[in-house]
Amino acid sequence: MPLLFRTLFKTRGEALAFGGFLLLLLVVLPLALPVFRLNLVGKYLTFGFVAIGLVLLWGRCGILSLGQGVFFGLGGYCMAMFLKLEASDPVTTAIQSTPGIPDFMDWNQITKLPMYWEPFKSLPFTIFAIFVVPAVIAFIIGWALFRRRVGGVYFAIITQSIALIFSLGIDGNQGYTGGRNGITDLRTLCGWDIRSENAQYILYFLCVVLLFTVALGAKYIINTRLGRVLVAIRDREDRVRFSGYDVAMIRAFIFAFAAMLSGIGGALFVLQVGFMSPSIVGIIPSIEMVIFTAVGGRLSVLGAILGCLIVNFGKTTFSEAYPDLWLYLMGGTFIAVVMFFPNGLAGLLEKIPTSKGKYAALFARFKKTTPVVTTKTTPISDEN
Amino acid sequence: MKLKSLSHHFLKVAALALATATATAQDKLPTAQVNTTGLAVTDDTVTVGQLHSATGTMAISETGSIQAEQLAIDQINAAGGVLGRQIKVIKEDGASDWPTFAEKAKKLLVSDKVGTVFGCWTSASRKAVLPVFEKENGMLYYPTFYEGLEQSKNVIYTGQEATQQIIAGLDWIAKEKKAKTFYLIGSDYIWPRTSMKIARKHIENVLKGTVVGEEFYALGSTSFGSLINKIKLKKPDVIYAAVVGGSNVSFYKQLAAAGINASKQTLLTISVTEDEVLGIGGENLAGFYSAMKYFQSLDNPNNVEFVKAFKAKYGKDSVIGDVTQAGYLGPWLWKAAVEKAKSFDIDKIVEASPGLELTTAPEGYVKLHPNHHLWSKLRIGQWQKDGQAKVLYESELIEPDPFPKGYQ
Amino acid sequence: MGEYTSEELQSIFIMQGFSGLSLFSVLLLMGLGLALIFGQMGVINMAHGEFMALGAYTVYFCSHLTETYAPTFGPYYFVAAIGLAFVVCAALGALVEWLMIRHLYHRPLDTLLATWGLSLILQQSYRSIFGAREVTPTLPEWLMGSYNVKEGLDIPINGMFVLGLSIVVTIALITFMYRSAFGLRLRATVQNRKMSAAVGINTGKVDRLAFALGCGIAGIAGAAFTTIGSTGPDSGSRYIVDAFLVVVSGGTASLLGCLASAFGIAQAQSILEFFLEGTKGKVATLLVIVIALMIRPQGLFPSKVRGN
Repeated sequence: MPLLFRTLFKTRGEALAFGGFLLLLLVVLPLALPVFRLNLVGKYLTFGFVAIGLVLLWGRCGILSLGQGVFFGLGGYCMAMFLKLEASDPVTTAIQSTPGIPDFMDWNQITKLPMYWEPFKSLPFTIFAIFVVPAVIAFIIGWALFRRRVGGVYFAIITQSIALIFSLGIDGNQGYTGGRNGITDLRTLCGWDIRSENAQYILYFLCVVLLFTVALGAKYIINTRLGRVLVAIRDREDRVRFSGYDVAMIRAFIFAFAAMLSGIGGALFVLQVGFMSPSIVGIIPSIEMVIFTAVGGRLSVLGAILGCLIVNFGKTTFSEAYPDLWLYLMGGTFIAVVMFFPNGLAGLLEKIPTSKGKYAALFARFKKTTPVVTTKTTPISDEN
Repeated sequence: MKLKSLSHHFLKVAALALATATATAQDKLPTAQVNTTGLAVTDDTVTVGQLHSATGTMAISETGSIQAEQLAIDQINAAGGVLGRQIKVIKEDGASDWPTFAEKAKKLLVSDKVGTVFGCWTSASRKAVLPVFEKENGMLYYPTFYEGLEQSKNVIYTGQEATQQIIAGLDWIAKEKKAKTFYLIGSDYIWPRTSMKIARKHIENVLKGTVVGEEFYALGSTSFGSLINKIKLKKPDVIYAAVVGGSNVSFYKQLAAAGINASKQTLLTISVTEDEVLGIGGENLAGFYSAMKYFQSLDNPNNVEFVKAFKAKYGKDSVIGDVTQAGYLGPWLWKAAVEKAKSFDIDKIVEASPGLELTTAPEGYVKLHPNHHLWSKLRIGQWQKDGQAKVLYESELIEPDPFPKGYQ
Repeated sequence: MGEYTSEELQSIFIMQGFSGLSLFSVLLLMGLGLALIFGQMGVINMAHGEFMALGAYTVYFCSHLTETYAPTFGPYYFVAAIGLAFVVCAALGALVEWLMIRHLYHRPLDTLLATWGLSLILQQSYRSIFGAREVTPTLPEWLMGSYNVKEGLDIPINGMFVLGLSIVVTIALITFMYRSAFGLRLRATVQNRKMSAAVGINTGKVDRLAFALGCGIAGIAGAAFTTIGSTGPDSGSRYIVDAFLVVVSGGTASLLGCLASAFGIAQAQSILEFFLEGTKGKVATLLVIVIALMIRPQGLFPSKVRGN
């Protein structure tokens, strides 16, 4: 156990920060906030799953995916399909021409549940699908691209196009996907009303606990050999390849893993928000998820979660008070973070208590700006 | 009455509406009596919410509704408010993002305890907030013409549902233009798809015509070259269009550029109002037809007053489209319901709503059906170069039928 | 298609070919500026669409001025407005390069993100200045309508105009790149930055000019698109994915690749949209491109000096 602890946390400060954050989310916020606000926090935290995936994928392995919304969406749609089928029993849908199928299918003259919807009547299958579908699709895409050594900007653009295709595909197949409206009016999970206050508390706690489990898992990966290989791939891909590692396989694996995390986030999003829509899977939400990660700190698991909370909290409060200023602020913050604090908030916070030497070292690295295009040398410190 | 002594022209409209309501500031009911469910009502004020997109892609369309609702609220306040209480508005921005709409709707109902909400525009945003309104038992006045197939205790639909907008318009064009073949084009989401479904059934079953093509383009599409060539090949009698947003502009500009204009081709659209014409340009539309319940050029005293007040508040260049007018009806209908019920309680408003009449509506007389939609007329307008429509046809009052038999 | 005469089919064939060509010119105009910047610095400018919108707004602004102060100038203002759009966008581009991009050259992925932040700010500024509604400039009469070759065969004039403009811009750019001293310096910098700097080329200045030029071309593209579409605060984002795909499929530093991929994508989309309906045509096009990129990620004309 102490060994595991040391693997997970390099310093005591880190462990304290982790514990403090958990305390904040599990005790302080539920006591301080009304259930409506707490539900919002829960919604923000679902993006934390995506952000943790991006820390591994982008921060550690240097692969920027602008298509994480797709996997968030896949997980979310799996969950939504299950909930929608449960909400569409023949009694509540008696007004339809074909009772017993989801309302949007009925509106589109579909009279029979499509084949691939059938398995989503089963909860175990749905949970299985939430984990597996995003991961498998990501693995196929990743394998096809990484094997041909596609990386950097190319990978970003291709994943972005995939996000566009995915959202257009949902829009264009309204009868099977709910189209632009999405899958709405989800009520119960196995008879349990997910809209009640009680349920929202429980779902919030479930979300926090799962998120921290995933966060610990991610930290474990980072601090073990795989984590070091990831960083090595980011910084000197060819050397890792020459050392006998299958770089494409490792990248595809980590891409699939990040996709799986996004899928879990998506499923929890649907449970807490009560609907799924293509507006949260397209290009813009996918980039926004990268922003959360960048603001919080692309290298730090905890920072990424913090980033999701802070940016979304800012979005909610600022857009309530000054809707016009919000986009300026968001754009400006993002430029500032990328230009001046590439390690994000976590980078700032981690540097404060450490010795002057390290601080100076950070600056020294930051100043080392060679204008040569050598892509992978991000001036980011690697310590956790 | 006290109101008659006030001469400001804004108030004339308000005064007319008040004629139906008996309660004025003189005999004010105690708050405990008019508000038994803990809404944000005090002795002097009542708080309502306004939930539209002020930012994002839909801001273009929703601006008009925001303005019209605000105008109606100002006029109501100037005339003494609702049950003697001034209306305070909390504005929330849905930012063209459906989860945000749901979040803000919940905030308005749960944290702010608003008496009612005026808002939403797209079907998607309405679908996102609907469960929230039903669960928290709120009230939503929804201004857009929409696809129907919905009826909720908690929503009053002040725009037309699909059959009201489609059937009379198709009948007119079939009769006037002896049209037999139709090409249906829409943006790819539920409203155009449902509308085209109803249109196809009506064309095939009632008008005994044929649909020679039916296509849906993703929102935001800007290239219609291939589509226009297909239209040229099929030579339909009528192009029936429900293209929305930015695509609209590209569609009509490219039609004009391809030599398809009103002298050669009949086009009837259900998605172009004065607002859209501003972007498309009157010269690209001149001669084409729109089927709407309201046009800014309507010649009746109510509308003359309304247009004057609107322009006085938002500038002489501002235009008023169908949805803007429907947005304007929301606060007035709510006020009438509250005053009939003598209460702000949602359940009592719902009970009082069916059968409410509004004689002061800019579109003319409207009446609220028990299914929460409005009885309204359909008009066919022909677009002129200056961006206004010449109204050629006006139907009788049409009963709203959100679940049309034989059209599903 | 038995019910149509061969003459009709012939006309449709010609018009369909033309609509492919005009889509090609649209994609080419969008892609050229982006390709220049991408080829030069490996930077994907996410705000490219917003520079296009700026060009379009410039035309709108000119149209407004002309209508108010010099209505007689109406038929000709459009040409001047295109020139102005180029200047305005290039100037803003130079400023952005100086303030932001030059600090990020060694981090191309971060540039992508920073320029996205920029695009948010630009979008909101357009909304504050010009309002949220779509605007459309009053176009001169000669640009509207179509050229009627014969009955049933109309060629849109605005399409021809955009096609002509894109040819002019392409030729100008190629001449500039391969026949001017600056072009020489630019190509030298792309091939070997350190050596270029060593022989006295001010690579910083070259970068700034290249970025400004790319943004200026985006401005021209935006100005041209006012003839076929509308302008709103977020109309730039409508084009951006298409523009990226043109550049990525073309291969990095190759203008020729950009040309070829714009042509291929335009024809594919135009044909697929003719035979499939609406959205399905677009999805099919995107799928074809993405699958093609998975099989041949280096694009059509790979450059030998890839920074990977």
